[in-house]
Amino acid sequence: MAEGDEECRANRYWEVKLDNAQLLISGLANGCVYGLIALGFVLIYKATEAVNFAQGDFMMLGAFVTIGLTNTEYMGLPFWLALPISLGIMGALGYLLDRLIIRRLFGESQTAVVILTIALGFVIRFVAGLIWGHEPQTLQNPLAGKEVRFGGLVLGMEDVAVIIVTILLTWALYVFFSRTKLGLAMQGASQNQLAAYYMGVPVKRVQGFIWGLAGVVAGIAGILFAAKGSVDPTTGLLGIKAFAAAVIGGFGSLPGALAGGLIVGVIEPFASRYIAAGYSQIAPYALLLAVLIFRPNGLFSQVRVKKV
Amino acid sequence: MRIVFKTDYMQDIRPWKDGHQLVLYLILLAVVAAAPWWLDDFYLGELTNVLIWAIAGLGLMVLTGYTGQVSLGHAAFLAFGCYANVILLEAGVPFLIAFPLAGILTGIAGVTVAIPALRLHGIYLAIFTMALSILMDDVIVLAEPITGGVGGKFIGGVDIFGLTIDRWGTPVHFFWLVLVVAVLVTLGFINLLRAPLGRSFIAVRDSEVSAQAMGVDIARTKMISFALSCAVTGWAGALMGMFSGAFNNETFSVVISIQLLMMIVIGGLGSIHGAFLGAIIVGFLPQFLSISKEYVGALFGGNTVAIPGLEFGIFGMILIAFILFEPMGMYGRWLKIRTWFELFPFYRKDMFKRQKSYLKTERLR
Repeated sequence: MAEGDEECRANRYWEVKLDNAQLLISGLANGCVYGLIALGFVLIYKATEAVNFAQGDFMMLGAFVTIGLTNTEYMGLPFWLALPISLGIMGALGYLLDRLIIRRLFGESQTAVVILTIALGFVIRFVAGLIWGHEPQTLQNPLAGKEVRFGGLVLGMEDVAVIIVTILLTWALYVFFSRTKLGLAMQGASQNQLAAYYMGVPVKRVQGFIWGLAGVVAGIAGILFAAKGSVDPTTGLLGIKAFAAAVIGGFGSLPGALAGGLIVGVIEPFASRYIAAGYSQIAPYALLLAVLIFRPNGLFSQVRVKKV
Repeated sequence: MRIVFKTDYMQDIRPWKDGHQLVLYLILLAVVAAAPWWLDDFYLGELTNVLIWAIAGLGLMVLTGYTGQVSLGHAAFLAFGCYANVILLEAGVPFLIAFPLAGILTGIAGVTVAIPALRLHGIYLAIFTMALSILMDDVIVLAEPITGGVGGKFIGGVDIFGLTIDRWGTPVHFFWLVLVVAVLVTLGFINLLRAPLGRSFIAVRDSEVSAQAMGVDIARTKMISFALSCAVTGWAGALMGMFSGAFNNETFSVVISIQLLMMIVIGGLGSIHGAFLGAIIVGFLPQFLSISKEYVGALFGGNTVAIPGLEFGIFGMILIAFILFEPMGMYGRWLKIRTWFELFPFYRKDMFKRQKSYLKTERLR
């Protein structure tokens, strides 16, 4: 009798533990998507000191472009062929956006760019709704439905792919910014435009390049997101949670953005599990407010005292 | 071109430039006040809506247009004012006390928010207020015993000295109430902006460092700006609640915050006219779109097409066009047109050219 009780308790202990591990993994995968959107914010912020409020909608667009290329009801291209094409389209869109619109705001205040990108988000949502409709859709991809079993844990293949791709991408971008000449030129362009001009940095070209890169990152985020779940034109509002991620990480730091995304992603499922319903969805925003109040420049702060 | 001949130092800070201008605005006020006689009930309702949005826009204009603090969360204060008003009315407080009190309470809430927000700049402040606006939605649901949660609340007519004011029963009375509030708020702001406090708002907007050097207490100035802005927004929220009659947690979503900010940008940041001009666009755009949709539908054989998200799509495009081609908004365009006529034929293209600045950051890495 006592022995059975003991066994039962041990079982429950393992169940809770496995359950938590499962939550943790799915939270990490979600967090990676937030992290990827936040990476887009940070990229643009690092190079132009502007924030692209439409990054979430960019991700939605990337997802829909890939769906449009791959899914059988649209063009039905093979997945691995559609992948580079859609990333190319997203990169081109990002570049054109800078070339045609953002570059005209050169020298205007940050606020103008913020408001412009918010408006752009509205337009992208509207256009995506026109082209692909407002029904939720999923991306038909080779990873769908496959599972990895790992000591009692059941992981979706997509979740694993999301985590791996995100970590690789963050690492690559981090190395790019801190090691390569172009990456350093970008940092210079954002820290002091005039001085960067004097040093021979082609500031406008650098800016165009970074918007293209942000488009590609948004495309990757969109593909991974659409492989994990369904997208519809309002999916871009997820970008608000990615703000939480970017702010927690401090807007100027790439690893910070990923860390922030992971924190937000992990908090969400645990909050909805252990906190009363109604309070749980507040958790990411409450965290965001707390970080802003106590560490106004993010956990990985890069700002010291302002000099005149 | 009229040339104002100044004979007194007081003329520089008088709320109106000269008698001519004063007369024009009084005529405008008389025409608007007489609207019930030249508009039917439907368009009177629309005009009321525009005026309410203009009050909310004035509230945000003080904070964003004059003090330079971008807020993406003013819907939270609209909601606060709306609920405060209704809850006070339900508690039996007469409207003439409940309504001002709702604004004052919202102002106090604004100061509470301003204390942590004072340390934030630019984008961080925008995100902070945006998160606030999202949280307000959940807070209203959680505070169900007070706010009615998802079910929402209803508000009927109110009495002022025996005069019934009801959006549906007596739309004319309600219109006049809104007009009186709008005029009082506008006069208040005109007076504020020629006083030292208003000047210090503008100083903080243009350069915090130089404002500080001139002896402006930045924290105090921002705090007062937040308080005034939120109080006026609270009044607008109370009127909005009375206008719609029923509201719940989703009435004042973050989209309203964004729309409010975009409205004053389209109207023209940093001008009182801008709040009104922007409100006209926001108020009449849905009507205009539905009318033009019917027209286009009739052109292509009778069936009206329903395009979801059209309103926001068009709104976004208008906004992008304004930021690219007329960053000063509708009021800026009007100033240019007026100057063109006044100076004809000596107007030059670069007369309103603005100083552009190169970007510098405070980041170290």
